[in-house]
Amino acid sequence: MNVHDAWTILIACACNLACGLLGCFLLLRRMSLIGDAISHAVLPGLAVAFLLSGQRHGWPIFAAAVAMSLITTMLIQWVHRGAKVPEDASIGIVFSALFALGVILITRIAAQVDLDPQCVLYGVLEVASLDTVPIGSWEVPRVMLTLAAALGITLLFILLLWKELKITSFDPALATALGIPAGLMQYLLMAMVGTVTVASFEAVGSILVIAMLIVPAAAAHLLTDRLPMMLILAGAVGVSTAVLGYAGAVWLNTSTAGMMAVVVGMQLALAVAFSPQQGIAAKWWRRRRLAQRIAEEDVLGWFYRQEEKTGAVERSMEEIAKEAALARADLGSILKRLKKAGHLEAMAPDRMSLSNQGRQAALSVIRAHRLWESFLGEHLHLPADHLHAPAERMEHYVGPKLQQAIAHQLANQQLDPQGKPIPGLPPPSAEPGP
Amino acid sequence: MNSPLISAKAAEEPSVSSSTAVPILDIHDLTVAYHNKPVLWDVDATIQEPSLIGIVGPNGAGKSTLIKAVLGLLPITSGSVALFGQSIKQVRGRIGYVPQRESVDWDFPVNVRDVVLMGTYGQLGWFRRPGRAEKEWAMHCLEKVGLAEMAKQQIGQLSGGQQQRTFLARALAQRADLYFMDEPMAGVDAATEATIFHLLQELRDQGKTVLVVHHDLRTVPLYFDQVMLLNMRLVAYGPTATTFTPDLLYKTYGGRLAILDLAAEAVQARERSA
Amino acid sequence: MMTYNTAIVLMGTAMLSALAGLVGCFAVLRRHALMGDALAHAALPGLCLAYLLLGERSLPAMLLGALLSGWLGVLCVQGLCAGTRIKQDAAVGIVLSVFFGAGIVLSQMIQQTPSGGKAGLDSFIFGKTAGMIALDVYLIAGIAFAALLLLLLGYKEFKLVTFDPDFARIQGWPAGALDLTLKALLGLTVVIGLPTVGVVMIAALLILPCVTMRFWTDQFRSLLIGSALFGSSMGLLGTWISSTVEKMPTGPCIILVGTLLFLASALVAPRRGWLARWRMANQARLHTSLAPPGGVP
Repeated sequence: MNVHDAWTILIACACNLACGLLGCFLLLRRMSLIGDAISHAVLPGLAVAFLLSGQRHGWPIFAAAVAMSLITTMLIQWVHRGAKVPEDASIGIVFSALFALGVILITRIAAQVDLDPQCVLYGVLEVASLDTVPIGSWEVPRVMLTLAAALGITLLFILLLWKELKITSFDPALATALGIPAGLMQYLLMAMVGTVTVASFEAVGSILVIAMLIVPAAAAHLLTDRLPMMLILAGAVGVSTAVLGYAGAVWLNTSTAGMMAVVVGMQLALAVAFSPQQGIAAKWWRRRRLAQRIAEEDVLGWFYRQEEKTGAVERSMEEIAKEAALARADLGSILKRLKKAGHLEAMAPDRMSLSNQGRQAALSVIRAHRLWESFLGEHLHLPADHLHAPAERMEHYVGPKLQQAIAHQLANQQLDPQGKPIPGLPPPSAEPGP
Repeated sequence: MNSPLISAKAAEEPSVSSSTAVPILDIHDLTVAYHNKPVLWDVDATIQEPSLIGIVGPNGAGKSTLIKAVLGLLPITSGSVALFGQSIKQVRGRIGYVPQRESVDWDFPVNVRDVVLMGTYGQLGWFRRPGRAEKEWAMHCLEKVGLAEMAKQQIGQLSGGQQQRTFLARALAQRADLYFMDEPMAGVDAATEATIFHLLQELRDQGKTVLVVHHDLRTVPLYFDQVMLLNMRLVAYGPTATTFTPDLLYKTYGGRLAILDLAAEAVQARERSA
Repeated sequence: MMTYNTAIVLMGTAMLSALAGLVGCFAVLRRHALMGDALAHAALPGLCLAYLLLGERSLPAMLLGALLSGWLGVLCVQGLCAGTRIKQDAAVGIVLSVFFGAGIVLSQMIQQTPSGGKAGLDSFIFGKTAGMIALDVYLIAGIAFAALLLLLLGYKEFKLVTFDPDFARIQGWPAGALDLTLKALLGLTVVIGLPTVGVVMIAALLILPCVTMRFWTDQFRSLLIGSALFGSSMGLLGTWISSTVEKMPTGPCIILVGTLLFLASALVAPRRGWLARWRMANQARLHTSLAPPGGVP
């Protein structure tokens, strides 16, 4: 890795960090697309600033960007409220119109200023590190300085206004009631988005800015519910995107900005698939696990009921499948797991019966079932022949705490609506069962 | 084990024995959940005779949920629903629906008659346009709700009560036998409410059944033959005179059943973290 | 003096913008206005892939690729909304930027190939009307005609499902399939519009006619007809201006013309216009004490 690579990655890191952090607030405020609109709409402001100052760098550009981001936000509001256009349509109109204006302005002044609309869309990160200014004995890319400043301002903005940003993002009405000007906070946030957009433009272009504003925040939101953690994760996604995206671009010899958008998209896809709480894989796994546990409890409950009727019971797998109507493909593995957990004992090879431990577990299921039946009969007035099916479902969800609450409400009723005994709690409540 | 309260089935027993006809609506053990969390538990009710039925309960009791689940707009967790002994798919032509007013965009560029004409689309079938007969029928329905002179107005220019009546006229245009109405009298002035009520009575007198989600307790005994008291579960269902009683109302409105809330959370927790 | 080329271009853009205006109405009224934007951006990788696979520029193949990947983008938006806690606006932004990024990656790889310069991929991003040939116009005309037929045939059904999908479902209409048909039409329109107005500005072509005509009519049918007419005149006017004024790119020019007409309508339209409402508000203020209750809402 040479100096050029290092600078390029650093530049991308600064850009992705600044965008990722701001993006969290945009996402939580459901304003992602306004960020998108701003990153398109600053174009005419840039063109005018070029025209007036003749410079590609410096404060006029930033002033224009901040002005344009505020104007964009206000125009979207005005078209939405003032002209009664749906909000998404008004975003679409405002950003396309301003972008169109920008393209026309740039085309017309292209002879005077060296600016390419394509460069605005997807940047020239590859050459950003070549335009350097000397600082001490170092040659630092100009873009790096700009982005470092933008990142610094972003961090300062978030740290200083942390409390205000947090409350206005979650509940603007409450914020206003507490005397925090939600409207002002929104415009400040938009001004920050405009600033960061322009600082990033030259390096990475507007498309990557949009990707980095929205995607890391969305990925982070899938991984956590806490705002500080969300910011940290969004930052981490941003940095890893910078490194991996650059490596990928070098490998395929293609656009760095484009590659970073692809990489961050892949990271989001990973989060969608594998987030521990929200992920598709986790949901699938939990559903499967739950279905297995329900089947295990059904087996135990069936054994218990048989014992109630006929005393000790032992059965082979085929008999269970037939008699308990549990003919499912994974019955073998369910029984194996029950044996391993000590709930079933093998009397003879292939013949199983309930162990003491299994009887205790089954007791809880049966107790849940009969308590729920009694509860339904008492409070939902279901006819007696409608009670079994719902209880069959709920017996797997009514845990000891809820059982106690129901028993308490039913004044420790001893029989269920069918007249079968509701088993008591297993010891330590060492009462003799009925 | 049976509660001293009138149970749904107990109240129905005389009619069950007298008429062996298919029930108009048979809800069997209906449970509905949002995001794995049950919001409506084991509702069990049978409507045998054409009547005007009020669905009453506090906010968040699951009244709209019940209607939407019966109509197939929400997935059912367990249980079943039969309308005229058949599934909703087979009897759509006999069902009328008045959604909540907030469910559509009132700035949509259609006029009042257009909306009412939509009620006839079901009978028209694919690609056939409403003709003269449908337009006359739509105007007739509009006259019924007293909006004939507004027929050409854009729907956004109507008052809230007029918008409700437009939806009602659209349901009338469906020529249904069984109507579901989600708060048709919400945000309506007294005169409009009276108009709507008379229409509902007229429908009942024509032998149709109307289920109405209603929020104003004072007018319940006045309007409805039967009431369903709902709060996460069916508290009671039966003739208004015997069901709309202080202690049953207290059961409906006096707080939710703590056990059901706990159970809903238990279900959601186990679904999420098995 | 109008050349044959100018006539072709004018005809093509007029038909294209008319189609976009018509199809856009359904998208805007269903609050899917930015779906067209996401579709356009998501079309880019398919366009490039088709070129990479074929190794030569073939417009039909590239448009087919664009349609497929645009379609995949729409599915991703729907999947993200339905399967995760990500909201629709963010999902649109995600698909738009990530797919476009992938498109740029592919297009730069194409540019490395020997014949890459001839792919003309840049024209898809900013649009380029001048390159339009008679064949393109036939393609546009064919699709516009098919779309028109479909919308005429299913006018009643599409209107119902756009206004009140739940009610449509209760009457037994396949609301999901009708919605998908409208989205497919949207995709087709966006994709054939790409070569002309480009990825970034196609959304405006879909949105502007509908929201502008909405100031002038309360009727669904006249909104559709009006939007098609407005679209075509916006296309004609924009193209004409850009062909007479030097250094005036066509796509942006069409959009700006449309925006100006939109602003003018927002200002002066009767009843819904800003001036009319301002006057009404003033009158209401003057007559507050005299006016009977329950007047104009």
